[in-house]
Amino acid sequence: MLYALCFLLFMIGLYCAVVKKNMVKIVIGILVMEYAVNLFLIMLGYRSGGVAPIVDKSQMDLGTGQIAADFLSSSVDPLPQALVLTAIVISLGSLALMISLCIRTYEKYGTFDITQIRRLKG
Amino acid sequence: MIVPLPVFVAIPLATAFLLPIFGKKGKSVATVLANLATISLLVLSVASVGQSRVYEIGKWSIPLGINLVLDGLSSLLLLAISVVSAAAMFFSVRYMEQYTAKSKYLSLFMLMVAGMNGVVLSGDIFNLFVFLEIASLASYALVAFGCGHEELEAAFKYMVLGSIGSIFILFAVALVYGNTGSLNMAYIGKAIQSAGLNKGLTFALGLFIVGFGLKAALMPFHAWLPDAHPSAPAPISAMLSGVIIKALGVYALARIVFNVFGVSIPIGWLLIALGLLSMVAGAFLAIGQWDLKRLLAYSSISQIGYVVLGIGLGGLIIAKDGNIAWASLAMLGGLFHLINHAVYKSLLFLTSGSIQMSTGTRQLKEMGGLAGKLPVTRASCTVASASIAGIPPFSGFWSKLILVIAAVQAHFYWIAAIIVFVSLCTLIMYLKVQRYVFLGELPENLQDIKEHRGSMLISMLLLTCLCVLMGLLLLVPALRESILEPAAKVLVDGVSYSANVIGM
Repeated sequence: MLYALCFLLFMIGLYCAVVKKNMVKIVIGILVMEYAVNLFLIMLGYRSGGVAPIVDKSQMDLGTGQIAADFLSSSVDPLPQALVLTAIVISLGSLALMISLCIRTYEKYGTFDITQIRRLKG
Repeated sequence: MIVPLPVFVAIPLATAFLLPIFGKKGKSVATVLANLATISLLVLSVASVGQSRVYEIGKWSIPLGINLVLDGLSSLLLLAISVVSAAAMFFSVRYMEQYTAKSKYLSLFMLMVAGMNGVVLSGDIFNLFVFLEIASLASYALVAFGCGHEELEAAFKYMVLGSIGSIFILFAVALVYGNTGSLNMAYIGKAIQSAGLNKGLTFALGLFIVGFGLKAALMPFHAWLPDAHPSAPAPISAMLSGVIIKALGVYALARIVFNVFGVSIPIGWLLIALGLLSMVAGAFLAIGQWDLKRLLAYSSISQIGYVVLGIGLGGLIIAKDGNIAWASLAMLGGLFHLINHAVYKSLLFLTSGSIQMSTGTRQLKEMGGLAGKLPVTRASCTVASASIAGIPPFSGFWSKLILVIAAVQAHFYWIAAIIVFVSLCTLIMYLKVQRYVFLGELPENLQDIKEHRGSMLISMLLLTCLCVLMGLLLLVPALRESILEPAAKVLVDGVSYSANVIGM
């Protein structure tokens, strides 16, 4: 169910990026897509009622030096969180570039409407 | 010589962040440094030809850490990237004097090279995504570098479609991680071999094909390329058409489809269909163009179709359990065409830059009779046109010949016919370029133009020599066995990639 909602968010972003005529709205659509994917990654690693994946002494089986099995079965997966952090930084970079392109284009054309920004054809 | 693999990413990355320090006054120092970096990358990539090994970053053994993998296919792409980037960088020494902020340009250029080298070496799909974004972001900024009306429009279009492609790839990476529990290509391949494709993985494969198809500008996803490639400065057009669409698009697609997911009959047909569509439609659209760089850009779509067709044909033959020799011949033809196209299309874009710098226009109808005024440009443009049209003994002929032989041997006569037909269309479009640019009458306003000398001529001449000599890559057995055959073998071996990487 949650995955379906996440996918719906992705499709809303894609729709917005493809259909809208305003450059800023297209940028917003792309960001919505990115957030949907980030949300999806986080949900992959999430466990309801899970614990943070940090091992301290109480979770170690002192006799064998192994990590206790109930910790392994209840901790959330930390890897998607690391991936999402990286993805957020990348999307920040691309957002900054996209917005600066929008501003420069507005200075040149005086409009955000992509139907009026059409010098390139063919 | 054993070259540590991170060097291929570290050198351009370090140079990229060093260069902006020099600013306006140290422009010549920055130029020399950037050229040294590209030339040293060229030397290193030649030195690492024929080797294959795995490097584990920070000694974290796979699948815990990230690994870099050098094999035949990676070293072929590394070679193409470093040849084209060295030539384009040397060309920029003179050409980029027209623009302000040259050291920023050089910095973005090196960032793009770092991203591409990372993509071809990475053995981890998330790491591949990160490097892909580095290269893409640098290329979006470089397309907009002129900051004129057209540059900004083209860059925005490129950036929107490119970002959508990247998000599709990230979504696919997430799905793959969710279904296999690994991000390492070798371990994903192993998991898929033992458990088979489920619905989530099939959807991820579809997303990968759309995402990398957007980056490679295959036909239904090509809308950004004819705007973005002509708008960039000429050396960047050469990089974009020469290597970006191949490293980020075709290479990554082939790596994921063949080595991670394993090829099947529908995927083989899909690649063939995408390839044929791009070839035919790209060629038809190119013939109608009157803007020189736009014509070259459409012809890139057509030529990238050949590469995908060759790879797809090989995949189809493997999936049908056909003769492996034919499959590897088709793959070899596709990959040979890839490296040929990198050389001659970047040469064509460099000559277009030389023409534009001398005449101040890109419109074919406003030119004519430049043969006497620009002799070196004319000679290199003619050699490159002959190569791309497939006239023997130039390079394009050999790769197309191999593709035709492979198609005929596998009894796909209609594919062979289409290859020859598109080749004829290519000949027509380059005859048009020759006729309108170099022959005919010299217009009044172009009477006293002259050719720009120095670095631009040298890099064009170097690439021209390569165009003539590329046939040797195929004809000399030692070169073929060390460069082309290992690359084709990686794709033919398919999913045994994972066993090879884990075993190394």
